[in-house]
Formats: sequence, C-alpha cells, structure tokens
Amino acid sequence: MARRLFLGRRTYRQNRLQDAARLLPILGMVLGFAPVFIRGDATLLGGADLSNWLVYYFVIWIGLIVLTAFVSWSLTRSDRKDAADVTPPPPPRAEQR
Amino acid sequence: MLSFDGLVAVCVLYVLILFAVAFIAEKRATEGKARWLNSPITYTLSLSIYTTAWTFYGAVGSAVRNGLEFLTIYLGPTLVFIGWFWLLRKMVRIGRAQRITSIADMISSRYGKSGGVAALVTLLSVIGATPYIALQLQSVTLSFSVFADGGALGAPDADQTAIWVAAGLALFTIVFGTRSLDVNERHPGLVSAIALEAIVKLAAILAVGIFVVWGVADGPANMLARIEVSPINNTAWNGARWLGLTVLAGAAILCLPRMFQVLVVENTDERHLATAGWAFPLYLLLISLFVVPIAVIGLEMFGSDANPDLFVLTVPLGLGQDGLALLVFLGGFSAATSMVIVAALALSTMLSNHIIVPFWLRLTRHDDPMSGDMRRVALTARRLSIAGVLFLGYGYYRLSGGADALADIGLIAFLGVAQILPALLGGILWRGATRVGAALGIGAGFLIWVWLLLIPNIAETGGMMPAILSDGPFGLTWLSPATPLGLQATDPLLTAMVLSLGVNTLLFILGSLMSFPSPLERLQGAQFVNVYDHSQPLYGWQGATGAADDLLVMAQRILGAGRAGRLFETAAEAQGRTGGVPEPTPDFLERLERELAGSVGAATAHAMVAQIVGGASVSVRDLLAVADETAQIMEYSIQLETKSEELAQAAARLQEANAKLTALSRQKDAFLSQISHELRTPMTSIRAFSELLMQDEGIDDAARARFSRIIHDETLRLTRLLDDLLDLSVLEHGRVTLHEGETALSDVLERAVRIAGAQDGEGRLKIIRDHDSEAVTLWTDADRLTQVFINLISNAQKYCDAAHPEMVVSVRQMPGRIQVDFADNGSGIPTRQQALIFEKFARADTARGAPGAGLGLAISREIMIRLGGGLSYVPSEQGTRFRVRLPLRLRRAA
Repeated sequence: MARRLFLGRRTYRQNRLQDAARLLPILGMVLGFAPVFIRGDATLLGGADLSNWLVYYFVIWIGLIVLTAFVSWSLTRSDRKDAADVTPPPPPRAEQR
Repeated sequence: MLSFDGLVAVCVLYVLILFAVAFIAEKRATEGKARWLNSPITYTLSLSIYTTAWTFYGAVGSAVRNGLEFLTIYLGPTLVFIGWFWLLRKMVRIGRAQRITSIADMISSRYGKSGGVAALVTLLSVIGATPYIALQLQSVTLSFSVFADGGALGAPDADQTAIWVAAGLALFTIVFGTRSLDVNERHPGLVSAIALEAIVKLAAILAVGIFVVWGVADGPANMLARIEVSPINNTAWNGARWLGLTVLAGAAILCLPRMFQVLVVENTDERHLATAGWAFPLYLLLISLFVVPIAVIGLEMFGSDANPDLFVLTVPLGLGQDGLALLVFLGGFSAATSMVIVAALALSTMLSNHIIVPFWLRLTRHDDPMSGDMRRVALTARRLSIAGVLFLGYGYYRLSGGADALADIGLIAFLGVAQILPALLGGILWRGATRVGAALGIGAGFLIWVWLLLIPNIAETGGMMPAILSDGPFGLTWLSPATPLGLQATDPLLTAMVLSLGVNTLLFILGSLMSFPSPLERLQGAQFVNVYDHSQPLYGWQGATGAADDLLVMAQRILGAGRAGRLFETAAEAQGRTGGVPEPTPDFLERLERELAGSVGAATAHAMVAQIVGGASVSVRDLLAVADETAQIMEYSIQLETKSEELAQAAARLQEANAKLTALSRQKDAFLSQISHELRTPMTSIRAFSELLMQDEGIDDAARARFSRIIHDETLRLTRLLDDLLDLSVLEHGRVTLHEGETALSDVLERAVRIAGAQDGEGRLKIIRDHDSEAVTLWTDADRLTQVFINLISNAQKYCDAAHPEMVVSVRQMPGRIQVDFADNGSGIPTRQQALIFEKFARADTARGAPGAGLGLAISREIMIRLGGGLSYVPSEQGTRFRVRLPLRLRRAA
C-alpha cells in the first residue's frame, strides 16, 4: 500500500466489499443448483455418484462459509474504523433504491 | 440400558439446569452485566432453533429415503445467511427502527399498521405452527419409547409423556417469556437457555457422528467407501424437488415466526449478523455433516425395516453406548423444547397483540390503551396464548395418534408460512406494494395451501379421506387437491408450492399496482424501503443500568437537575434499590414519559424515551404526532407574541399617559399656588388699604382717592380672574351661547390689535399684517374670535423675549377653511411643554413670574372648538407660532 492516490480509496474498497457480500448468495445458488442441471435424474449410473456429490456439497459449503467469513470480517473491520471517523461512509446506492 | 424413570429423572434435571441458566441470565441482564448475552456467538446459537427435533432425528430418515435431499433444508438458509448483507441486515434494521415485535407486526406495520393483515398473518402462523408443535411432541415421545423397558413408574405412556412435556414447556415459556411486557420484547433468560440447548444438540449429533465414522467405520475414507455400497447410493435424485425445497427452506427461515423472533426481535446488535452470516451456515454444516454416515451405519445395522428416523438414537444404543444415547436423547429433547418455547412465545405475542387485545379493546371500549390495566390484560392474554398454542399442538398430536403422516407436516408448515414471503420481500424492497395487494396475495395463497396440502394431510393423519377431497367438491375433479386444475401431480408439495406462491405473488403485484395506498401506508413504505436513510445502526445492547443513566441525563436536561433527581430517587426507593438509579421498568418509564410529556409533549417524550430504552429510531406515527405538537406549540407562541406586542404598546401608552398626568399634577400644584398667590395679592392690598381708610385719621383726600382706586383696581383684577375661570368652565361644559353673524376677518383682527394695545407706535410689540389676505368674510361669533386673537397677541406681548419683538399675522385660505398664523420672533416654547400649554392650569416655564393665571390658551382653544375650528401650536425653527383654524362658511348650515 505504498500508493495512496485517492482519498476515496477505502470508500471504494468498502463499496466493492458490499458488492461482494450481495453477490455471495448468487454464487451459492449457482454452485448449489448446478448439480440439478448436471446430474439430471441420473440414478442408475451407480458407482460413487452419491458420495462424490456429498463431498462436492460439503466442499462448496465450506468454501462459501470461508468466503462469507472473510467478506463479513472485512466489512465490519472497516465499519469499526469508520465508527472512529467523524463521517460514516455514504450508504451504498443499491440501498437507496 | 437406562430405565424410563431414570430417563425422566435426567430430563427433570436437565430442565432444572435450563431454568437455572435462564434465571441467572435474566438476573445478570437486568444488572447490565451479561456480556456474553451480547455476543454474536449467543446470537448464532439462538438461531439454531431452526434445527428442530424434526431435522435432528428426521434428517437421517430423509437421507435413507431420499439420499441427499435433506441437504436442501440446510442449503436454503445457508444461501439466505451468506447474503445477510443484502436482506437480513435490512430486516433487522427495520425491526429495530420500527420496534417490530413479530412477523405479523412487521407485515402490518409496513402496510399502514393494518390490523386485518396482522390478524391474517397471525392466523396463518398459528395454523402452520400447530402441527409442527405436535411433531415436536411426537419426536420426544418417540425418543422416550425407544428406552421402553419401564421402571418404577411403569412403561412410558406416549400420551402421558406428551402432556407432561407440553405442560413443562408452557410453564418455562410463561416464566421466562412473559415476565414483563418488556419495552423491546427481548428475553435474555430464554435466549441463553436456547443457546445452551443449541450446544447440547450439536454436541450430541457430533458425538454420534464421530463415534460412527471413527468408531464403527475406519475413518472418512472407509466411510465414503461404505456409502458407495450402501442402498442410499441408489436413492432417486429429483432435481425439481432439490430446487423447490431449497427455495422453500430459504423462504421459511425468513418467514417462520420463531425464526423472526430470534433473528430480528431478540437481536441486540446489528453487527452480530456479520458473524451469524458465516457461523450459522457452519452450525448447519456441522449438524448435517454426519447425517449420511449415521444413515449408512444404521442401514448396515438394522436393515431397511427399522425406523430410520430414530437411527441417531438406536445406533449408539445398538452398539451399547448408553451414555452417548442419553446425550442424543437430550439433544433431541433440546431441539424439540427450544423450538416449541420460541414458537409459543412468538405466536403468543402475535395472538395477544393482533387478535386478543384488539378484540378486548373493541369489546370494552377501553379508551386508554397504554394504562397499567391494559398491560395486565396484555400479559394475561400472552400467558393464555402460550398455554393455548401448546394445548393446540398437544390436541393435534392426540388427534393424529402419532401417525407417520405427521412427518410430512414439516415441509407443509414451511410452505404455509412461506405465503408471507411475497408481502415481506415486496414490503421491504418495493415502495409500491400496498395493503390490498398484501392481503389479497397472502389470503389467496393461504387458501390454496389449506385446500391443497393442509386439509388432505389432516385427513390422511386422521386416517380417512372423504370423497370431497378425492373427487373434488361438487364432483368437480379439477378442484380436488389430488388433481388440482386437472393436473396429475406427481408431487403434491411442489404442485401446491408453485400454485400457491404463484397466485400469491401475482395477486400481490396486481393488487398493489391497482390499489391506492393510504398516507400512513406510503410513509411506512418509504420508511421500510429506505430504512438505511432513516435510521442509525444499533451497535450493542445498552444494559439496563446504562439506559437508566442515559434517561437520567435526558430527564435532567428537560426537567432540571433537582426535579429529575427527585423523580429518579423516589422511583429507585420504590423499587428497593440504592444509589438513586432505578431499573427502567415499564411502570417507571411510563411515569417518566408522563413527566417529560408535560414539558415536551407526549409524542416527543415517547420518542425520546424509546430512543434511549429501545435503541429504536422514531416511527412515522411518532413523527406525525411530533409535527402536530410542534405546529400547535408554534401557533400558541405566535399568539403569545402578538399578545405581548399588544401589551407592550398598551404599556407604552400608559407610560405616556402617566408622564402626562404627573406633569399635569405638577402644573396643577404650581397653578394652585399661583392662583392663591393671584388671589391673595389683591386681597392683601384690598385689606391693607381698606384698614387704612377705616382708621380715618391723618389721611388726606388725595391719599383716600388713591387708596380707593387701588382697592377698585384690585377688585377688578379679582373679578377678571374669576370671570376667566367661570368662562372656561362654561365653555368646557358646552353651555356657551354663540352670537354668530357675518363679519370680516380684517375687522376682527383690527379690533383685537387695538384692544391689546399693539397698534403701530403703541407698546413694544410690532405687528406685521398683510391686509390683502385678510379680506375674508366669515360667519362666526366675532366677539369670541376677537377674544382669542387678543389672547394670542397679549401672550406675545408678555412672553416674547426678543430684543425687538415682532409678530407676523398671516392668513391663508384653504379649501373649506381659513388658517391664521400668529408667529413671533421669541425663543419659542420648549418641546416638552408644548403638549401642556393648552391645559387649563398650565403655564410655560418662560411665563413664570409674568402676570396671568394660565387660563388664556385653554379658554381660546375651547372657544375655537366651539366655533368649529381649532387652535394649535405649530413647532417651528424659530419663535412661537400659533395657528388658528376657522371654517370657511357664509351661513350656518342649520
């Protein structure tokens, strides 16, 4: 972080973090529903089908949890910083709809 | 194996521990010391009431029957929670800003505080929750029956167990859920007990899972290998159900009254969501992590004939792990009880706030809904509701007879409460959503759900399927729940879900587009949708003591330190507390609010107190009320201002009058001394000279004649003075007779100058006249007018202090009147005396020492008023200038 070109850098970062927080459930939906389209109604394939999907689901689940934890932690961290500042960050545009 | 009465003893002990925890938490919270209550972990654990006994035991059964499908029940909430920033945060913020007490309150607040919508949502919630509570009772009795070898108390009787559990739960909920009508509807004791139960059930399922994977199987790799050869591997995979159930579970976690209670109402800090956003999905993951392994081992051990719903319990029992089984039993017991407690609490709040109390108010025409009496009614209503809800659940359980069909009720209940979703999401994301749309949507979705799912399920549970259901009412098969719209539905749940939510959403949108919202509805809509613009985040729950301190500071600001201090001390003493800071009980808050209301108005006081105690922002209704009060106060202050201006003017006038009166009184005193002097001087001479004459010796005739003349002159002087006074009195009382006739102004002037002895060369005053302008004929009393002119000229003779006194007499003709000015070249009359010179006892300071009683000008002015004109002093730069105004008329109008 040698360069500090704009004062608004942190606000910008904050807004992108909020974007990420809003996009997380969409990522979750894509990952969670993908098997519906990939797997289809394939029940007769046999083999290691179910245990593979079980592992798949727990892996993406953990992935989503870790991602959410990171984004939430970053968001609240900047919140805490902002609490010390005089002016709070402007509410993100999507909220003003 | 544990005996039945041993099990009962463990249960009672466990419940006692829960009571103790709740009691301690409640106590510490009122002391403001329970930091752990305010931690995001407690919040996340309290959310775990989502995993009820149905999921605790049923997930394994579901895995045996449908493979991975049980995951959808956890996947939906996971999606909702990892998107906490988008939706949940907004719901929590709105809940705080609007002081929302339940999901029904949320919907009704959004749609203009509509009582009808609130009642509808309440009804829906109660109907949806009743079978669900029955399901929990069933799980508990089933798990009891697993330990079925009886003890001193005899074999477990399912009905007995259920009723004891229901009664115990009612007691617990009433004790910790309705201790008081809390201003913010939070229940620290309850929340801590639930958090403890969350830990117990997680520990139980993890323990079994770990035992199964590492104790029975040989680690994860071996476990996966076992899954591959298990019958579970061959279960059907239904993509549509996967999608549908995920959405349904996601909707349910937003709409379930009990979830709303812990998620929004019991939330103490908005930032806790940031933790719950990942921690709650983690909790769900841990709960479901070992479901498939337990199912696989259960199938291996007992085959497909055994009840897979109880594998969690039977697997450790079958392996001789009694301690583990007991833990699992307690886990299931926890899952059931925590769900029932929170559901009963949430439903009782809704029932009492939106159905019983409004009904009671209407019945009794109570006019003060916030009185203490009303609070007692609300509390009683709530306690009765809790008992009622649990009794309903128990009744439903008895009716169903513990049938297997009860298991389906979980998802059916989810779909029932999901009918709230369109109105809820629409309400917080779309300002255009209206009450009509919400009522239509919820109502229609509710009816479709009841007809397509609930009634058939109840009928099936009851063991009979009336013809009206299989063939449809009036023989219309397209209306039959089995074949809605003539569809040969393979999956009734999904069909009903698409139909009910579809029609619900459609009617909600259409109704909103086509109706017009009330003003309050529109304001509330803006408050909900733009909640971030109108509110501050709630960071941290203010402990009770903190709140009391803040209240004291605020009260001091408004009431003054002394009065506020006394108020707080009295209240603290009444509560038996020392230190002068009372607990902010509803009674105290009410009293404080009343005190404050006396200073700032009721609505403002309410908003201020609520801001501190509830951490809430001000609602629209509050704002409207504040605006009303402010308008009234402003109007009042404007009135006051006008009045005070009038008073100031009146005071100024009075002051002026007083000054004049004082001056007059002084002048009168001066006049009285003057007039007594005037009277006394001639009297003294008359007496002295007449005494001399009476001695009659040594007085020659010349002296006698001189004395007689002096006496005569003095008598004349006295007569003149008395004449003047008499004249003035007559003039003032309007009893004067005027002898009016035609006369020329020049003649009158000529006569006056002559009589005053101011003709050319005579006397020291020089009169300057313009004879041309004096050629005016008047209709007036010439004698009286002459008297006035003489007075003015002689005044100048007496008082003009110029070295060469001059008087200019100028006549001007104006339309309808004549103006005659008498101006001399003296020093004039000082400004402060100008107002007094026409008063009858007045004499200017400059006239002091000069003869005369100060009646001349007063008489002249009276004369001029009688003649229809006037006499005034005209302030000028130099000298004294009197102006005589005369009406210009030839004959009297009469």
